[in-house]
Formats: sequence, C-alpha cells, structure tokens
Amino acid sequence: MQKRIFIWLSLLTFIFTAFVQLNEKALPPLEKLSDYGFFEGKIADQKPVKGVVPYTLNTPLFTDYAEKLRFVKLPEGQKAVYNEKEVLDFPVGTTIIKTFYYPLDFRKPEKGRQIIETRLLIHEKAGWRALVYVWNDEQTDALLDVAGSIKEVKYTYLDGKKKKHLYGIPNLNQCKGCHNRNEIMSPIGPSARQLSGQLQQEALTYSPASFAGYDPAENQLNAWSKSGILEGLPGKLPVAVVWNNAATGSVEQRAKMWLDINCAHCHRPEGPASTSGLNLSIHNEDPVTYGISKTPVASGRGSGNLMHDIVPGKPSESILIYRMESTDPGVMMPEVGRKTVHVEGVALVKEWILGLK
Amino acid sequence: MKRVALLSVLLFCSGLAMAQADIQKKLQTQLIMAEDGSVIEVDEGNFSILASLSMEGKKNITIVGKGMDKTILSFKGQVDGAEGLRISNAENIVIKDLTIQDSKGDCIKTMNVKNITFQNVKTEWTGKPKASNGSYGLYPVKCEGVMIDGCVAIGASDAGIYVGQSKKIVVKNSKAINNVAGIEIENSLDAEVYDNEAYGNTGGILVFDLPDLVLKKGGRVKVYNNNVHDNNYINFAPKGNIVGKVPQGTGMLILATSDVEIFNNKITDNISIGVGVISYFMTESPIKDKEYDPYPSNIFIHDNAFQRKPGRATMKGRFGKMMRFKMKMGKDVPSVFWDGIVQKDSGDKVICLKGNQNGTFVNMDAANNFKNMSRDTTPHECTMKSL
Repeated sequence: MQKRIFIWLSLLTFIFTAFVQLNEKALPPLEKLSDYGFFEGKIADQKPVKGVVPYTLNTPLFTDYAEKLRFVKLPEGQKAVYNEKEVLDFPVGTTIIKTFYYPLDFRKPEKGRQIIETRLLIHEKAGWRALVYVWNDEQTDALLDVAGSIKEVKYTYLDGKKKKHLYGIPNLNQCKGCHNRNEIMSPIGPSARQLSGQLQQEALTYSPASFAGYDPAENQLNAWSKSGILEGLPGKLPVAVVWNNAATGSVEQRAKMWLDINCAHCHRPEGPASTSGLNLSIHNEDPVTYGISKTPVASGRGSGNLMHDIVPGKPSESILIYRMESTDPGVMMPEVGRKTVHVEGVALVKEWILGLK
Repeated sequence: MKRVALLSVLLFCSGLAMAQADIQKKLQTQLIMAEDGSVIEVDEGNFSILASLSMEGKKNITIVGKGMDKTILSFKGQVDGAEGLRISNAENIVIKDLTIQDSKGDCIKTMNVKNITFQNVKTEWTGKPKASNGSYGLYPVKCEGVMIDGCVAIGASDAGIYVGQSKKIVVKNSKAINNVAGIEIENSLDAEVYDNEAYGNTGGILVFDLPDLVLKKGGRVKVYNNNVHDNNYINFAPKGNIVGKVPQGTGMLILATSDVEIFNNKITDNISIGVGVISYFMTESPIKDKEYDPYPSNIFIHDNAFQRKPGRATMKGRFGKMMRFKMKMGKDVPSVFWDGIVQKDSGDKVICLKGNQNGTFVNMDAANNFKNMSRDTTPHECTMKSL
C-alpha cells in the first residue's frame, strides 16, 4: 500500500516538475505563420484580426525598397509603457509582426504584390525572440526558416523602371546582428519619435485598423492610448520627422533621423558596432563620435582610401557616404539587409554634409 | 550520344551547385540550432559559401574541420554579410582544423566571447596581396580569454591576426605572412605573444593603443621568442586606416601602449625599423579623445637578436621621407627607434634597453624637428621589472 502511494507521489511530482519546466521553457516556435492566427480571411491580404494593431513609422529602415506592413499584438488587457527616448516598453507576451513585400508595380498597388517574408519579434519571459517566416510562391502561407536565404525580386518602381535584384532573408543570428543592445535582443522601430504621427495611407489600404476604439485619423500614440494599449503618454508628443517630407524638419533633422533608424541600432555604445567608436544615435550630441572629422578604427577597405567618417562640406570625401553608396558586402553599410543603394536616403545625407561647416 | 553526355555533365554540375548550397544551409542551421556543449563537424573538401556564417549566444561549442587545408570554406563568391564566420555573445568556443578563404570582409570575427580558441586555423586571401582583400584574418574583439595557437594568416589588407579591445590573450606557434600587419594587439590588456613567425608583412608585430574606443587603455603585453623577419612588403592597406601608416620594413612597432616587454626575439632583415616605439603624435592625426593617453611608457626591450643587411630604409610614405630628409640616415639604420616625445613632468620611464645583440638605437627627437637626434643608448641602459 505504502509502495503504491510512493509511486503515485513520484508520478505526481514528475508531472508537476514537467509542467513547471514546460511553462518556464520557451515554447517551440510554430511552423507556419497561419498557425498564429494574426490575420483573418486570405492570409495574403494581411487583414489583422481584432487586437492585432497596424502601425507605421515616420522614417523606416531601408530594406531594398521593400514595402513593409507592421502590426503589434499585446497580451489581452495589458499596455505598453511610454518611453521618451527609446522603443516603448512592451509587456511580456507582445508580438511585433512585420511583413516585407514588393508591389508588382509601385505606381499601381492594385496590380498586386509579392510577399517575401514575415518577421516576428516575440517578447517571452526570457526576452525578445526573433523568428522569420518565408512565404511560398502561391502566397498561401509562410514557413519558419532559421538559416536564411537569398531570393531574386522583380518589380516596376515609381519611376516606371523595371528592377531586378537579390534580396537577403536573414538567418536568425543576423536578426540579432541589428536587434541587439548589449547583447540583449530588442526591437528597433516603435519608439515614440517614430510612432508620433498618423497611420500612413498604405497601411490603411492594405490593412484596415480593426482594433476597437482605434481612430486611424489620430496620431498613433493618442490612438493607442485611447484604445487602452499604451500608458504614460506625456502632454506633448514628439515632433514627427519624416525623412522624405521637407515640411516635417530641416535637412539636418531629417538626415539624422534617417541615420538613426538605418545605422544607430548598431552604431551606438550599446550596439554591435560600438567597436568602431561611431555613434549615430539621434541622442548623440558629440560631433566626433557622430563621425565629424573622426578617423576610422577597423574599417579596412571600407575606408575607401578616405581619411574621415564625415568631412564637413565634402560628402564625396566622407567614408559614411562611400559605404552607403557601396553594394560590395565587404564595404557597404549596413552590412546586412541591403543589396541596393537607397539613392534618396544617400542624397539626403549628402545634402546635410554639404551644408556642414 | 553527345547530347546525353552534355546533359549528364550539366546535371552533374547543377547537382554539385545544389550540394554546395545545401552545405551552406546545413552548416548555418547547425550553427543556429546547436545545443550548448555540442561539436559541429565540417567535412573535408573545398566548399563555396555565399553568405556569412554566424553563431550567436552559445556555450561550449567546438567547430572542427578535418584539418587546415583539408576543410576549406571559400567565400570567393560571397554576396551577403561582411565576415566569413562571425561568432558573438558566446562562451567557451573552439574553432579548429579548418581554413577560411577570400571573405569580402574579415575571415573570422568573434565579438563578446568569453574564452575563444583558434587552433590550427588558416585564414587566407589567395592571390597577390591587395587593398581589396578583407581587413582581418583572425579577429577577436571585445573578448576575454583569447587563445590563438598554431594558426596561419595570409594576405589581410589590415592585420592577419588582430586582437582588439580584449583581455587575457595568448598568440603562439602561429604564422603571419604577407599581411599589412602580421600580428596586432590593439587596445588590449594582458597579452602574451610568443613562438610565432611573422614574415613578408609590411610590419611584423604591432602593439597599438588608439583613441576614441571603449577600452581605452591597453597594456601589459609580452612579446617573446618570436621570429620576425623580412617584413618588407609594400604597404597595401587602404588609406584612412592606421596601419596604412606603418612603414614598409617594420619588425615591431609599439604605439602609445604602456607596459610592454619585448625579449628573446629574432628580428632579422626588416629594412626600416627593428623595433619602433612611438607616441600617437607620430601618426599626425588629431586627438580629440580627452581620456586618451598618447604616450608609450614602460617599454622594456631586452635580449633580442637584431640583424639587418646594410642598406637604406624605405623611401616610401611619411616615414620614408622623414628618414631621408630629416634624419638623413643613409644606409646606417639603427635597430630600435624611439620618437623621443615625452609627456612633460611625467615620471614614467619610457624605454629600457638591455642585452640586445646589435641593439643600435636612435632617439629621433621628433618633437623638436629632429634637432637633437641621438644614437646614444646610455640614457636608456636600464632594467624594468619583468611583466
């Protein structure tokens, strides 16, 4: 009899420990994007279900002209906390969803699009975790891919020219190449300065906001706050600087905003490129570490035979521009996520450097 | 018949290409999925890899090939990522018995790794050394506990073996050939560099402290029992890089570092400098970093054997011009150079020389336009505490 109780007890203990371990250990990622249930109807339409909130950034990271759809899903009843300088503090259980696609013709979005990949950032107890789902050619679903790959993409751009180039889908390690603060995985985009502004039109067309109480005509931060997913909103919201809209800021403001989102995830003291001593964060007010007349440290042939990162008045003598204009993997910056040159972004930064004294 | 043969050749080729892509994918998947404590084996063969391989956040992993020159990962056709292999945020990692070739950027970069070992690893840019080669062969940066043993580094346009902003370092039994800098220890603490051979580089072994970096002060570096010879390769570093200023024909160069002991080395037939000890001012770059100390101090150079065929130093670069027009040395080039620039009112002793064979010396007096250049070793015949 005693023996039996003992066996039962051990069995119970075993089940209990297994249960606890299961709860503590991150669940294995789901195999298909559709398994998460973020979207309703045809998944390629990317129409979010209730509680999955679309958002747009004022000045997004350049990824080879790919268009992006962004969504965030917070755990039921919980809120993100406002942060003045950095990305908002999202509670454990949050998922940030980003879908990368190319319209077949940028001038006529109604002609359709090719979705390439959807990336997830999931906030687990142990921290943020990145996952990449690659869409099939039929566009019926996307499958988890850890090792990354390179695809060819084709589209007609705004200028009517047909474009064809390679597109790199990152492996999971490459995600952390950028999403990295002191070796801790973290989101990059959704900071107050990036969200402060209306949901942009493309996002509305492709994915109508479905969150209860969400008013797409409002500043996103206000809309989030009113629909109960953001707290701690200050009275005055940050000025929205849109890199390609001259009405939103000076050349310097817009160039620095562009450099912040495209470079500062690595080039900041907590980032993987801290070894270079270059800090392109919007909050850095020291001209030397911002690159002005700064000598390179370990750039190798990335220096392009030039002496300084930024030479005031001389964009063509600035290493920064040289590396932004390159597509050679050993020279170009950023070193991943780009196979083409962001002509318009480069032009903006050049204009800023040209005006520096 | 011919057509069938052609078809089978085509099929075979595409099969081969497929297999290559598969190997890249397989290897990258292994690097991502590896459980802590596992061994990742790479087969014998020459594999073409088109994108950076990377590993992140792992503990106790060994990546092992079938031998240097037997397992070769060639990045000649690389289209994605800058490094060949990149390892970050990890602990107790061993890379051994393989060769990495022709990556677009650095061959192997390891960052924020505690205890990284490179054993019998070769990094190489094939063909004639050129500015378009990647920067570093073996490149541990911000690491603690670095062991480089039995490695070979060839053709880097910056440094073959480069340890930067790291602590507790050993570089031994290794060879650095035809790089701009053979072996370089930069802004790093507690390094031992011994039993290595550096030849055919622009500069054999460099110990540098540079401004504007997070780990500002390197030092406590021992360099001994090395064979540093014929480092006379023309400097092919792209401009803008600090190593681009290293004179062709440099055996060893100490820049702005403190507590360096150089002993029992054979330093032979480097045409310009046997051992140079200089402050950052010699780079002629402005210093904006207020916390940076541009002066070298406590450099103990003893029991080395210097030898050099008579002849002129390099005439290239700023240093070449300095030698020719300012110091006017002709063919009588000394073994040890010191720029003579000292911090005012500093009690630090800069250089002690003792028991060197052929240890001829010059204090360049560079701060005073070389006016009081002196070859007298007497003021520097002294001893420092061994590190």
